[in-house]
Amino acid sequence: MAFISSGYNPDKPMEDRITDIGPRKYDEFYPPVIAKNKGKWLYHEILEPGVLVHVAESGDEVYTVRTGGCRLMTTTHIREICEIAEKHCDGHLRFTTRNNIEFMTDSKDKAYALKKDLEGRKFDAGSFKFPVGGTGAGITNIIHTQGWIHCHTPATDASGPVKAAMDVLFDDFQSMRLPAQVRVSLACCLNMCGAVHCSDIAILGYHRKPPLLDHEYLDKMCEIPLAIAACPTAAIKPAKVEFNGKTVNSVAVKNERCMFCGNCYTMCPSMPLTDTEGDGIVLMVGGKVSNRISAPKFSKVAVAFIPNEAPRWPQTTATIKNIVEAYSADANKYERIGEWAERIGWERFFEKCELEFTHHLIDDFRDPAYFTWRQTTQFKF
Amino acid sequence: MAKHETPLLDQLESGPWPSFVSDLKQEAEKRAKNEKGVEFQIPEDVVEDLLGVLELSYKHGRTHWKHGGIVGVFGYGGGVIGRYCDQPEKFPGVAHFHTMRVNQPAGKFYKAEYLRELCDLWDFRGSGITNMHGSTGDIIFIGTTTPQLEEIFYEMTHNMNQDLGGSGSNLRTPSDCIGQARCEYACYDTQAICHTFTNEYQDELHRPAFPYKFKFKFDGCPNCCVASIARADMSFVGTWRDDIRIDQKAVKAYVGGELAPNAGAHAGRDWGSFDIQKEVVDLCPTECMRYEGDKLEINTKECTRCMHCINVMPRALRIGNDRGLSILVGAKAPILDGAQMGSLLVPFIKAEEPYDEIKEIIESIWDWWMEEGKNRERLGELLKRQGFQKLLEMTGLEPDPRMVQEPRSNPYIFWKEDEVEGGWERDIDEFRKHHQR
Repeated sequence: MAFISSGYNPDKPMEDRITDIGPRKYDEFYPPVIAKNKGKWLYHEILEPGVLVHVAESGDEVYTVRTGGCRLMTTTHIREICEIAEKHCDGHLRFTTRNNIEFMTDSKDKAYALKKDLEGRKFDAGSFKFPVGGTGAGITNIIHTQGWIHCHTPATDASGPVKAAMDVLFDDFQSMRLPAQVRVSLACCLNMCGAVHCSDIAILGYHRKPPLLDHEYLDKMCEIPLAIAACPTAAIKPAKVEFNGKTVNSVAVKNERCMFCGNCYTMCPSMPLTDTEGDGIVLMVGGKVSNRISAPKFSKVAVAFIPNEAPRWPQTTATIKNIVEAYSADANKYERIGEWAERIGWERFFEKCELEFTHHLIDDFRDPAYFTWRQTTQFKF
Repeated sequence: MAKHETPLLDQLESGPWPSFVSDLKQEAEKRAKNEKGVEFQIPEDVVEDLLGVLELSYKHGRTHWKHGGIVGVFGYGGGVIGRYCDQPEKFPGVAHFHTMRVNQPAGKFYKAEYLRELCDLWDFRGSGITNMHGSTGDIIFIGTTTPQLEEIFYEMTHNMNQDLGGSGSNLRTPSDCIGQARCEYACYDTQAICHTFTNEYQDELHRPAFPYKFKFKFDGCPNCCVASIARADMSFVGTWRDDIRIDQKAVKAYVGGELAPNAGAHAGRDWGSFDIQKEVVDLCPTECMRYEGDKLEINTKECTRCMHCINVMPRALRIGNDRGLSILVGAKAPILDGAQMGSLLVPFIKAEEPYDEIKEIIESIWDWWMEEGKNRERLGELLKRQGFQKLLEMTGLEPDPRMVQEPRSNPYIFWKEDEVEGGWERDIDEFRKHHQR
């Protein structure tokens, strides 16, 4: 494994340096039918789950076949995507915001040949490489974060729970039987790189134990004032601690004030929170980002804690499935989960989803909490 | 034979959804065989070690990644995230395993030949593992060593005309929806503006000068497919000011059952025949529509452009022609002070090149936030701390009832001295002439 230089000279980093050139320009990658009809599309139709047609003013059509993708993807897999794109779409493809892959072609026949090809491709162990679906009133791909594969603050894994959940929800990825679309998202800690806070169903990793304190190293590895300032509830204060007969500068944490956000750990590696029993999953429901009919909404906590049950998180996936089924059976056409819960009332939501309502679900975090309590005599028995 | 036993991960190979474990295993095998004779610049068995450390996390229920260190490429303060394994002796291949963010093209359109160039580079100088894409929108290269960072950057900029994305306290890589490229709802060219602003603000993107992260996201219409309203410090959502265009013949075709409602999105269940009164008119949040005598009428002045009727009957109803965008500010995920949705700042602005008016607003907001924002304070939190009025003052925008859901319900108005006749300076002796002690 000999080092091979790119041409970069570490002694003269500024020599021939190219910076600030930004990304490649989008339109060099447009399929011709897109380039020609951009801004002039008339309407679209979902021909079947995962297959769309868009029709332009010119009469041109573009057929799109949408397939699920793992956002964690190897170059071997990407090369296979390239091969498919070249075989069916003159090398063109795109990814969606929700980690789906879209192959576009200009005729229906080509689209169905493409779909057939995609459906026939499987990994050796049996899972689909390119399941077609993710359109309309169903469940599309789960957006998610890194988890245990590559992050230092997660309270759960990401790719694993997503795989387990999508296996359980797979039928709804390939059908459109629900009252409206259901957007499922996962963030492996409350930093929410995945911004799951406005999803129909949000799977959120959460810690439940305050930080461990590595007194021996804390002052050497961290700026103590920054760690103190990082705490949103002012639970951390400076402390002199006896360690191996020496007095060292460190911090003390008022544990009952800790909200387990991990912000201190972000500033100070000597304050880890992660714990096998402490960490697990919060399920949130009823959020949306679309302005359709009702305003965008935040997701609300429906289940305060489910333990991490690697490798397949059975309680988490079963609870999600239950919520989807209760929603599917009871909601009106077009109602998102949050709109349904608001119409029937949250007391009824918990009943219909057979979820226990515990004190953890009553907001006690600062001013906004008050606005979530009930200030009316209107409620349901 | 695999380097590490992975009995827990192996259980994620069954089931229909694509298995990332199977994918990682095929990558490990490809590297082991190395049929192309790649002179790998990081350990050949890196994927094996990644599977090994992930298996250990599955066993422990805890991550085995340490805090990021300060690594990067010369002159940039973002785009690379340092990552180290906390079990380097067991998994030496991933002991140093840094992330690189590669700025994706707007709209995430690609050609195979370009993706292959990326793959070739990443097989050669990295782990061969990616995210397509990260949450913010970048192509993510997962796992390489420190000496490779400059080499990768050099090859990207010199041979591929490709730059890194943002990380840290700077402008994060902007992202957009598919927009006018393939969507009839798009009210402006999201790709054009996303690309223009990404290039315009390269300095802000690569060199951290902000109190914390800052995100732009571009949604072409109020359906908000990139969720800008929930996760961008400045979210740009397409809208229009004139009439929804109605094709009465197509409306009738929907009513008569000749066209499938919702563009077929509800085809998986028998919902009965389409009822325009129940499914469109009665669900309109502003009650601005009526259907009488085979004719659909929309009272545009009362319409709030929620998109429902257009989503249900895309062949009959089309967005208006006087288009632009709304700007909302301050959205963020919960950390630290709770989640915030974007708040409407500019109800309507034209989105036409060179976008000078929009840039003025962006830059006045940055000036304010860079001056007043505390360390790790997002724009939305500053907005809450100093108030919406301050934002109006700093951007020079006029107050508008569209900016609020309702007027304040307390009268505790912080009057300014120059708003009160005669000012605040008064003479107590003059006062006492008429009011005894």
